[in-house]
Amino acid sequence: MEGKEHYSRRNFLKVSGLLAAFAAIPVSVKAFYQDVKQYLIPKKNVSRLTLSINKTSHTLYVDTRTTVLDLVREQLNLTGSKKGCDHGQCGACTIHINGERALGCLTLASMAQGKEITTIEGLANKGELHPMQKAFIECDGFQCGYCTPGQIMSAVACVNEGHTNSVEEIKEYMSGNLCRCGAYNGIVQSIQKVAAR
Amino acid sequence: MRPFNLEKVKTVAEISGVKSANRQLIAGGTNLVDLMKKNIAQPETLIDVTSALSNNVTFQKEHLTIGAMATNTRVATDKDVIEKFPLISKAILAGASPQIRNMASSAGNLLQRTRCPYFYDITTPCNKRNPNSGCSAIEGNNRMSAVAGYNDQCVAVHPSDFCVALAALDANVKAVTADQKEIAISFKDFHKLPENTPWLDNNLPSGAVITDIDIPSNKFDKHTSYVKLRDRTSYAFALVSVAAALDMSGKTISEARLASGGVAHKPWRWYDAEKFLKGKHATEDVFVEAAKLATKDLKPLSENGYKIPMLQGAIVTALKNCVNQ
Repeated sequence: MEGKEHYSRRNFLKVSGLLAAFAAIPVSVKAFYQDVKQYLIPKKNVSRLTLSINKTSHTLYVDTRTTVLDLVREQLNLTGSKKGCDHGQCGACTIHINGERALGCLTLASMAQGKEITTIEGLANKGELHPMQKAFIECDGFQCGYCTPGQIMSAVACVNEGHTNSVEEIKEYMSGNLCRCGAYNGIVQSIQKVAAR
Repeated sequence: MRPFNLEKVKTVAEISGVKSANRQLIAGGTNLVDLMKKNIAQPETLIDVTSALSNNVTFQKEHLTIGAMATNTRVATDKDVIEKFPLISKAILAGASPQIRNMASSAGNLLQRTRCPYFYDITTPCNKRNPNSGCSAIEGNNRMSAVAGYNDQCVAVHPSDFCVALAALDANVKAVTADQKEIAISFKDFHKLPENTPWLDNNLPSGAVITDIDIPSNKFDKHTSYVKLRDRTSYAFALVSVAAALDMSGKTISEARLASGGVAHKPWRWYDAEKFLKGKHATEDVFVEAAKLATKDLKPLSENGYKIPMLQGAIVTALKNCVNQ
């Protein structure tokens, strides 16, 4: 009979042998990959951190490479602080560390233990906006809003530092925050408004 | 960014105990974290020295001592610095942004790397980033590059403003070597020219840790100016900058200090112009002469010839500002 060969013992052994060999490949490939990975890809370094963010203590497992900006955005879902350039050039990630303005994108989370971190989410008091947040709304201190959280954090610090004596001084001390919409005049007015109180 | 270990140390002595083939110290991180993100710096171990080094600024026995960890803001707003060394405060406030000045340490300012665009572009040759790979800036985009002290291996400039003032005021850098010896390096010898090792920015011995910056008392507290010219009014690196300090008796200049950023691989002192100014009447003509003398031997590259007249103008302006105080 013609079809008999298809079910021959020899074919069965060949096919099942091949299948067994193929099934073994993933295991050996995976083992090989793990061996190579050890040499080629440096191992991630994860440690347990306790950080105080907006007066709440958070205990998290964090890769040493994680910046405070990535931590608040990706792990705590506090997405107010924005990632603009991620290289310390635009100020969109401005936060307060121990009450002073700093850049979240250049601060390693592992080095921020024991410090009080405040993001834009921590500025309002029991649901009432911070005076600077209100001033930005009243003075048109933004257009698209992307740089705004950083601008407001920087503006609050600018007033606290007392660098609000002239428009020139405000502009100089706000120069670390770029606004591509060009809402600078509204931002300066907002700061003057809060400083006048 | 390459994964790394982070070790926190509490004393300077502990630093040499951290064993790693490729370790780097981290303080403010404003330059290093950025370099790590761009895979220019790839340390296996970062040593957090923020708790190991002093952040004090003190004036005692006719010396100002700036702790290595004192932030730029701390130094610039210190009462003694503003009163007795105003040039330092003016130079710091001309640099970076308030956020960065709040984070950046004093020692880190000295050790920051150049902002030459090719140093930052890992797809191009750069002797500073990748030794003996060549210099892309000599024949390339060199409008921000050096006009003095460079060679065919590197035309990068040192980016600091703070360091220009420290060079003008003859500061000393105090450090502890890997075998725990205390050393002091005079500021003029701290940073180096490219020579045959453009990948090294300074003469700090390998494994040494800066502990303090020391500035001896001087008479340059009344007539100082820091003029910085850049692509925008604020928050940009200098195209050229001039730190000027005069000690005046009446209308005569008893002593002058003149230094610049944006000129060379290290903060650049204009010694000839300083000598020329000594004993002269402080007039605009004298300042113009001094500026010409300072810039007479400069050799601009293909795209930075504009720096020569710009420097002359900046020197005259800085000296005039000193007198009109």
